[in-house]
Amino acid sequence: MASTTRTPHPREKRIIFKNIDRPGWTNDIECYLHDGGYEELKKAFTMKPEQIVNEVKASGLRGRGGAGFPCGVKWGFIKPGGSKPVYLICNADESEPGTFKDRYIIHQDPHQLLEGMIISCYAVNARLAYIYIRGEFPEGAKILEHALAEAKEQGFLGKNILGSGFDLEIYVFRGAGAYICGEETGLIESMEGKRPYPRIKPPYFPAVLGLYMCPTIVNNVETLCNVKHIVRIGGAEYAKMGKPNNTGTRLLCVSGDVQQPGYYEFEVGGITIGELINDICGGMKPGRTLKAVIPGGSSAKVLNAKDRYKIKAKQPDGTTVELEMGLEDIPIDFDTLAAAGSMAGSGGVIVMDDTRDMVWALNNINEFYAHESCGQCTPCREGSLWMKKITERMLHGGGVEQDTDTLKTVADNIAGRTICAFGEACAWPTQSFIDKFRDEFAATAGKKGSENGSTNH
Amino acid sequence: MSEPTDLLNVQIDGIWYQFKKGTRVIEACAQAGKFVPHYCYHPKLSSPGNCRMCLIEMGMPKLGPDRKPALGPDGKPVISWIPRPQISCAQDIAEGMGVRTDSPLTRECRNGVMEFLLINHPLDCPICDQAGECQLQEYSVEFGTAGSRFLEEKVKKPKRVELGPRVTLDDERCILCSRCIRFMKEVAHDDVLGFASRGSHTYLTAHPGKLLDSNYSLNTVDICPVGALTSTDFRFKMRVWFLKETKSICTSCATGCNTIIGTRENVIYRQTPRENNAVNSDWMCDYGRLNFHYVNSAERLKIPQVRDSQGLANVSWRSALAKAGEELKQYQKDGVAVVASAKMTNEELWLAKKLIDSLGTTYHDIVPRFGEADDLLMSADRNPNTLGAQLFGVTGEHPGAKLQEIAESIGSGEIKAVVALGEDLTQIGLTASQLKKLSTLIVVGILPNETTRSASVLLPACAFPEKRGTMINIKGRLQRLNRALQPPGEARDDWEIIRDLIQQLTGSNGIYLIEDVFKQIADTIPEMKGLSFSRIGDTGVQLVDETEEARAAAVTV
Repeated sequence: MASTTRTPHPREKRIIFKNIDRPGWTNDIECYLHDGGYEELKKAFTMKPEQIVNEVKASGLRGRGGAGFPCGVKWGFIKPGGSKPVYLICNADESEPGTFKDRYIIHQDPHQLLEGMIISCYAVNARLAYIYIRGEFPEGAKILEHALAEAKEQGFLGKNILGSGFDLEIYVFRGAGAYICGEETGLIESMEGKRPYPRIKPPYFPAVLGLYMCPTIVNNVETLCNVKHIVRIGGAEYAKMGKPNNTGTRLLCVSGDVQQPGYYEFEVGGITIGELINDICGGMKPGRTLKAVIPGGSSAKVLNAKDRYKIKAKQPDGTTVELEMGLEDIPIDFDTLAAAGSMAGSGGVIVMDDTRDMVWALNNINEFYAHESCGQCTPCREGSLWMKKITERMLHGGGVEQDTDTLKTVADNIAGRTICAFGEACAWPTQSFIDKFRDEFAATAGKKGSENGSTNH
Repeated sequence: MSEPTDLLNVQIDGIWYQFKKGTRVIEACAQAGKFVPHYCYHPKLSSPGNCRMCLIEMGMPKLGPDRKPALGPDGKPVISWIPRPQISCAQDIAEGMGVRTDSPLTRECRNGVMEFLLINHPLDCPICDQAGECQLQEYSVEFGTAGSRFLEEKVKKPKRVELGPRVTLDDERCILCSRCIRFMKEVAHDDVLGFASRGSHTYLTAHPGKLLDSNYSLNTVDICPVGALTSTDFRFKMRVWFLKETKSICTSCATGCNTIIGTRENVIYRQTPRENNAVNSDWMCDYGRLNFHYVNSAERLKIPQVRDSQGLANVSWRSALAKAGEELKQYQKDGVAVVASAKMTNEELWLAKKLIDSLGTTYHDIVPRFGEADDLLMSADRNPNTLGAQLFGVTGEHPGAKLQEIAESIGSGEIKAVVALGEDLTQIGLTASQLKKLSTLIVVGILPNETTRSASVLLPACAFPEKRGTMINIKGRLQRLNRALQPPGEARDDWEIIRDLIQQLTGSNGIYLIEDVFKQIADTIPEMKGLSFSRIGDTGVQLVDETEEARAAAVTV
């Protein structure tokens, strides 16, 4: 895959992406070892598994797949001494539109992922682990297979790894091309050879009843890479990066109407939306102004550049203050984006300028979710396609007055009523687009349609 | 009774109830008289939670600073409600749980799900066989809205799919609840159904190269909440609301699955299983279910006949019975044989034994029927009342053991007269010419066969849906048949015919009602002491503890 090789921006803090686009860097194990690779694994083996779990807890690391669930808490659900085997699955089903970070790790620095995984497996006592990679990443799967063979040859996998007494095998499992497989229980069903229908929770929490009904940890690629660095510097030191409850660094994938879209790494909350767009990504295209930002992958709620956001922020002394700010002033971290009514999600920042037709933009998103809804439960199955049909009709000049309200209530009837979070993923765009750009939707009633994304082409 | 510790306190719509630990939330609501609508949930199958119709509001006790439930002014726990609606089909109740089945949020959820289920549904109720027993219809009246906001084109899917020899699928009507898939996998152990494609385009199908041809396939039609799966045999035959429903039992094997017989204007249209957890759960096999068409046959015997020089001639019941009595009186003890049927009711078999005793013959037996037992419902014994025939002495320990001797004695001429009760004697190896040699052949039957054609007296009787009476199934359970149809023409109840034959031989016997027969049985058989038709009830009475052998031979559902 062609990657746009670019020197990291001075404001970036590259830890996970340290080796991405690094001059002279190759993805083979020699290069990785020469750079001090697998030293953290050796260090991990000097620690007890529960010590590593505690370090991860202390680090405050939150899941990088989209939900932002604290990684250490998730690991803590695995009760030591259980009679069933524990599985660890790396979720490399990176499919959220606007998100393209994990693929670079896999392509350019696979051993960082493997090292993070081996340490994580040691910490949760998993002796068998899988990397579930989406079917559309054949090259990535090949690279991982090669890296696994290299790691095994070097004794980092297999029996009695580095004399630690710990055994581990990791396998690559290729998906067959469905977004829903990124939902952890859908992923597990898929691995069991079934349709990837997400499981109902309760009772099927993966940490209790996961793969083959055994305790299972499912972590995102970026999350697992972070574990290596937590072992390297310690949880407390790691927690100093970013801000409280929003620690470490975050990989951001910027796409849309900026001069320099791409991938970047910053301390969590270390940069605002405006700084990201203007200082890092070269600003908007000439003559255009910022209209909207989707900050965390296509399912995150859209934010309007014209709005003012009231954000409750916790002060260091424990008190909360309400700050009012514009879109560009919002720092990109889990809690602030949530307070602004959206989410940090998967780190995919989608930027839209003033030429973008919001009906077109929403229809584009709706098409994706209607196509990817697994169809298991009623609201998402029927609602996702209905919303897409409405926005498509609006786009083609068939809008009627009640469309805006219908769209909104259809979305309301999906969110919170489905088996998995896909319900929210497909409802939030509609809910937020209408909330933030209602006039634009209302204006399509009785109008001739525009089929392209911008109004001044 | 349960220990008090087995009971949990649950608040449903503001009122506190106690339920047994392990009760599903949806079941607890039902027990409290609060119906929660549902499609995918079926009490006999796993809960996928996919239809979202049973969403309710749920809460757990609010914990005080001491980590104990905070109590309200009524001394009951204060409930902290979960903001998101929860499905009630997949969770068990917990101590102090709160449930709201009729809150604005619950109503909004049901309304939303109904709307979603209907937007791509063809709404072809006027030509749909499910109309009248369709949960989509019923819930849309109760929880839906009259109009539709859907302006788009509906999703097109396969129609009139022959999923198997007995089940027809309309994918556009399917609401993808997966009940049929789960039934085939979890109960029938024939995992042939599944979903293909995805999203709103998902459709039900049999796996490539496979058919839904299991002997249990029609149960999927019963549990399909909509008109997606219909019975190829029944579809388009009769509107279900016209059907008169009679509770009865299946007589196609010794299991005795509980049924509902659907009839209209004295025609039987279908049999469906009726829940009885001691016998057949909610299911029955296709073989038994469809084994009724002969009842509607135009060939049914309708008028008593007596043989004269011209052949069989229609006569009155009085003449036919008199003729039968007159003929039977001519024979000494073993000059006559009685071949009875284990398809007869207890009452008929009881009287058959009385007839045998009146005749004084030792030549009597039933015709056994055996096939392969499956591991579900079907018994190897395809006769429904073998135990009754044994209990009353119509047959012995080994049913059919005497048949060869009877056949040989007919061949040798020792037996000159035979009373055939509901059986065709060619089944026991006799040829038409051997039957012709008999001086007397009294036949009680419902359809023409070699035996009826050779009869000297032919007495038309009832098929199983035309009878009242009882049978004992393979597990020793006494169950009741109820009359769903009137017999055709002049055909009479079998028990009446046998009673009248006995009267011809011995004079009046004081039996006027079938209840009189049952009373005689109940007064004689210790296990049946004190029982009556009404006490047997709709789901029967276990007469003896199940023996190991019976359990082994019987059903496992």
